[in-house]
Amino acid sequence: MLYDVRLIISHHYPHIAVGVRQMLRLMPAARPGHQRLIAAGLTITPPPAHRGDAIDFFGNAYSSVAFDAPLEDLLFKVSARVEVTGPASAIDLSAALEDLPRELSACRDLGPASPLHFIAPTPRTPEVAEIAAYALEVTRGAGNCAEAVFALGRALHRDMRFDPEATTVDTPAAEAFRARHGVCQDFTHIMIIALRSLGIPAGYVSGVLRTQPPPGQPRLEGADAMHAWVSAWCGAAAGWIDYDPTNAVQVDAEHIFIARGRDYADVAPIRGAVRTTGEQQSTHAVDVIAVDAATRF
Amino acid sequence: MTWSENILHPANADASAGLLADYTPLDGLPDELLDADGQMRPVWRDLISHLARHSPEALEAQFARGASYLREAGVFYRQYGGTGQDERDWPLDPIPVLLSASEWSGIESALKQRADLLEAVLADLYGENRLTREGHLPARLIAANPEWLRPLVGVRPASGHHLHFIAFDIGRRRDGRWWVLGDRTQAPSGAGYALENRMASLHSFAGFYRSARVQRIAEFFKAFRDSLNALSGANRAGILTPGPMNDGYFEHAYIARYLGLPLLEGEDLTVSNGELMVRTISGLQPIGVLWRRMDANWADPQELEEASQIGTPGLVAALRNGQLSMVNSLGAGVLEARAFLAFLPRLSEILLGAPLAMPNVATWWCGSKAERDHVSQNAASLMIGPANAAHMTLEPDPRISLGGENRSAADQPLAEWLESSGADLVGQEVVRLSTTPVWADGRLQPRAMTLRVFLARTEDGWQAMPGGYARIAAGADPSAVSLRRGGSVADVWVASGQASVSEAVTESPPIRPYRPSAGLLPGRAADNLFWLGRYIERAEGTMRLLRAYHGRLDEMPDGTANVLTLLETIFAARDLGTGKGIPDALVEMLSAATGSAGRLRDRFSVDAWSALADLQNTVKKMRGVVQPGDDAALALGVLLRKIAGFTGLVHENMYRFSGWRFLTLGRSVERALATTRLLLDLAGPTTPEAYELCIEVADSVMTHRRRYSVHTSRASLVDLIALDPLNPRSVAFHAEEIREQISLLPGAAENRQLSPLARTALRLSTDLAVHTTDSLDPSALSVVADQITALSEQIEATYFHQI
Repeated sequence: MLYDVRLIISHHYPHIAVGVRQMLRLMPAARPGHQRLIAAGLTITPPPAHRGDAIDFFGNAYSSVAFDAPLEDLLFKVSARVEVTGPASAIDLSAALEDLPRELSACRDLGPASPLHFIAPTPRTPEVAEIAAYALEVTRGAGNCAEAVFALGRALHRDMRFDPEATTVDTPAAEAFRARHGVCQDFTHIMIIALRSLGIPAGYVSGVLRTQPPPGQPRLEGADAMHAWVSAWCGAAAGWIDYDPTNAVQVDAEHIFIARGRDYADVAPIRGAVRTTGEQQSTHAVDVIAVDAATRF
Repeated sequence: MTWSENILHPANADASAGLLADYTPLDGLPDELLDADGQMRPVWRDLISHLARHSPEALEAQFARGASYLREAGVFYRQYGGTGQDERDWPLDPIPVLLSASEWSGIESALKQRADLLEAVLADLYGENRLTREGHLPARLIAANPEWLRPLVGVRPASGHHLHFIAFDIGRRRDGRWWVLGDRTQAPSGAGYALENRMASLHSFAGFYRSARVQRIAEFFKAFRDSLNALSGANRAGILTPGPMNDGYFEHAYIARYLGLPLLEGEDLTVSNGELMVRTISGLQPIGVLWRRMDANWADPQELEEASQIGTPGLVAALRNGQLSMVNSLGAGVLEARAFLAFLPRLSEILLGAPLAMPNVATWWCGSKAERDHVSQNAASLMIGPANAAHMTLEPDPRISLGGENRSAADQPLAEWLESSGADLVGQEVVRLSTTPVWADGRLQPRAMTLRVFLARTEDGWQAMPGGYARIAAGADPSAVSLRRGGSVADVWVASGQASVSEAVTESPPIRPYRPSAGLLPGRAADNLFWLGRYIERAEGTMRLLRAYHGRLDEMPDGTANVLTLLETIFAARDLGTGKGIPDALVEMLSAATGSAGRLRDRFSVDAWSALADLQNTVKKMRGVVQPGDDAALALGVLLRKIAGFTGLVHENMYRFSGWRFLTLGRSVERALATTRLLLDLAGPTTPEAYELCIEVADSVMTHRRRYSVHTSRASLVDLIALDPLNPRSVAFHAEEIREQISLLPGAAENRQLSPLARTALRLSTDLAVHTTDSLDPSALSVVADQITALSEQIEATYFHQI
């Protein structure tokens, strides 16, 4: 599928912000075999005094920007054309759960895609006993890793209420789980904690969703803003399987991948420092338009 | 001949025998003082005979001198307990641990080898990862280590090295050899305490210390400081501290003061155009080297722990940029995980081509089957705990199984635990350590001991600090060598191999402070100094007002009632109750002053700090006890003398540079403002009965009497305490002082043009200079008060709250 992606994030600082310095992970990724980045543009208004583009440990592209002058308004605008190459393989090669420890112990890779990075708890994905118990309960009977991933994702979708007002970016996953509500970030963190408790390496993917569904299909939840889902490692043969617990779907051609890390902090779209007093106001708009093959050129 | 080989006088031999008569080492464990046959090791002879020459009472009197030095120097450590934190006296045992020169040189060379090994392992972990790829280190173990910092992977240290200042905890075991118990590569603490331990030894063994040829530790610090300065090139070196809330802050401030390096907090720093800069009162100044006393994860909220409030956003980017050397590199703490002890013996063979010169305590990582089985079968003699934790084996940890015990019955059985969590666990030998004599109940008694040995990378390679720091178990139980469990510390004396007697005797005091380097005053420090000056002055002025009130309370001569009412109005406006002798607001003012000073500990002399602490303790004791009236007047007199003691120490002893100027500015701003307000409150044309009081509170009674033999009038009052440029209590005097200090600050004038702040100050000073006693009426006084307030705000905006 071919998409035009437009992402606009604006910040307003009513009391002027100084020392603004940020790392941006906003651009759809180029992933050979999965996603092709055909055109990419990031404009920043006002233009930063310093800007550098680089690749982080996990292979995600980021831009780091710093402003010398005080700011009242700040606008990031991403426009990109992306081709998402088709659905995941239909053949289930995923390992049996009991075989994972052996595979992981044998792994000697510390490169960006190594599953070893996605086992240990992180500040946003700590061990939570209730989530571990839940994971064990809802995956009973799952024959292999992929089945456990799907069972868990479906269960979370069934038991959790999507509620954009209920949580904030800093609500702990355990709290969202206890209340059984939240947004994509909460669904994703909870599922990561659950998968790791089962011994399945799991990471956090940030991305965007196709805004209007293909004819006859329901609109996906979370299409109005940046989205998040889970990437789970199902053994060396199957590799990574991406699953969107907010919509209870395996990630397919409607999901556009931006970055992957251990939790939200690794891939936060904007991470940085601002010195300001009082509140800042932010808006966030995403548009992902499927480009009709006929109008491509 | 070394001092250890001195001939023992027969007369002393008897006395020494008496001292050692009831000193009995624990069964089966080596002792530092006595060898296996119960004979005193030669290195101890002189010290023991020195001790034996004195009665226990005389010794305790000498040891009290060491303890009193530590108390007066304000050496303490912070303890976190159920009721928050408190500061406790530094628990130094007076008896040092003695090591012979040959013993020490063995320790030194073995640990230098280990330091090189650790450097090589770090270079690989943050470089090409050969060790994991080839299976010498489990990749899974590294990936789970919270101190393996992914943003630093691939970042080469600008200095060429990851490690510059490290420590090792070592202990002597049953076999008589030294063993490494733990590697401290993050930001090891204790070196500053070692300096203080040594100072205390000098006091406890005054006279004897000089004849005992002990290797000095000051040279070690000098060499390290030189290497920091060399690393920083054209830029400066600084010490990065997490701040006053950290339990190591006392030591950070102490070392900063001792080495003459600026003590910086995360908020003092900013990254500009890829370079790390200090926000100083002269704008941004580059910094070339940071000696980090902060755990790496907190150093940069942008790329490391996002919740950190004490870091500097962009610090990692500055390191990546290669302009900054970090001592030690961010991420070096990865090696503190005890699981490394399982692999370092083998890594030494691989990376150095030689076995470890000093073994480390045997450790098995439970992530592989053979090791896990070994641990499972030998659980009764092992400690089993988290593989990536950095705790020393002897410290308590609820996640640890000790000899198969400790875990609650609700937990999984041990074998199951090992099977399911093996990759996160290590098994480690339970070690029993040698004992050393401590002074307890008036005699020598054996206690288990570990040494902390510090190594610094200097221009001539690794250099070890010869002694200085041992940790001692609280009781006979050797498994509790921990300060938090009531243990103590001791100085460690390493016998000098070569030094001649004359050299040892004539050498000047071993600890020579360096000249403080001027010119790098962070805006935050300037802010605290300014407010310290204001709070202290405010407290002093308040004390004078209160004393004037309470002194009149019991007398009630004519007209006093009206004056008291006037004062009560003032007190009400300032939230100062008169129901108590010492109002709470006064205690709070002094707490605010101590709070500001506490963030500046590296900038004050020990005496000044003690004077301030004494003042605050006194006021706290007085609160609630002192009664209104004469009692309060007397108590306030005591406090006024104590506060004068502090300001005297500060103004007599503080280096006359920018820091002192801000303190002085704070004092002058506060005094000018308070005096102006005093005149507004008490010198109105309608309250002549308050004029005497006004002169008293402005501490100008004598001057007034000398200058105006006539009756006090509003004119004489205004002339003396508002306009007289020679009265150090007058508004005009302080306006001029403010003008002068501001004119000497950075940026006061550029291209012969006054800065806006300098202009404001000149205007205030000039206005007062041209006022007359007539023109300075209440409305003019109000204008002056507003001018001073605005000036204070302008100082803050100009120097403290820059971008």
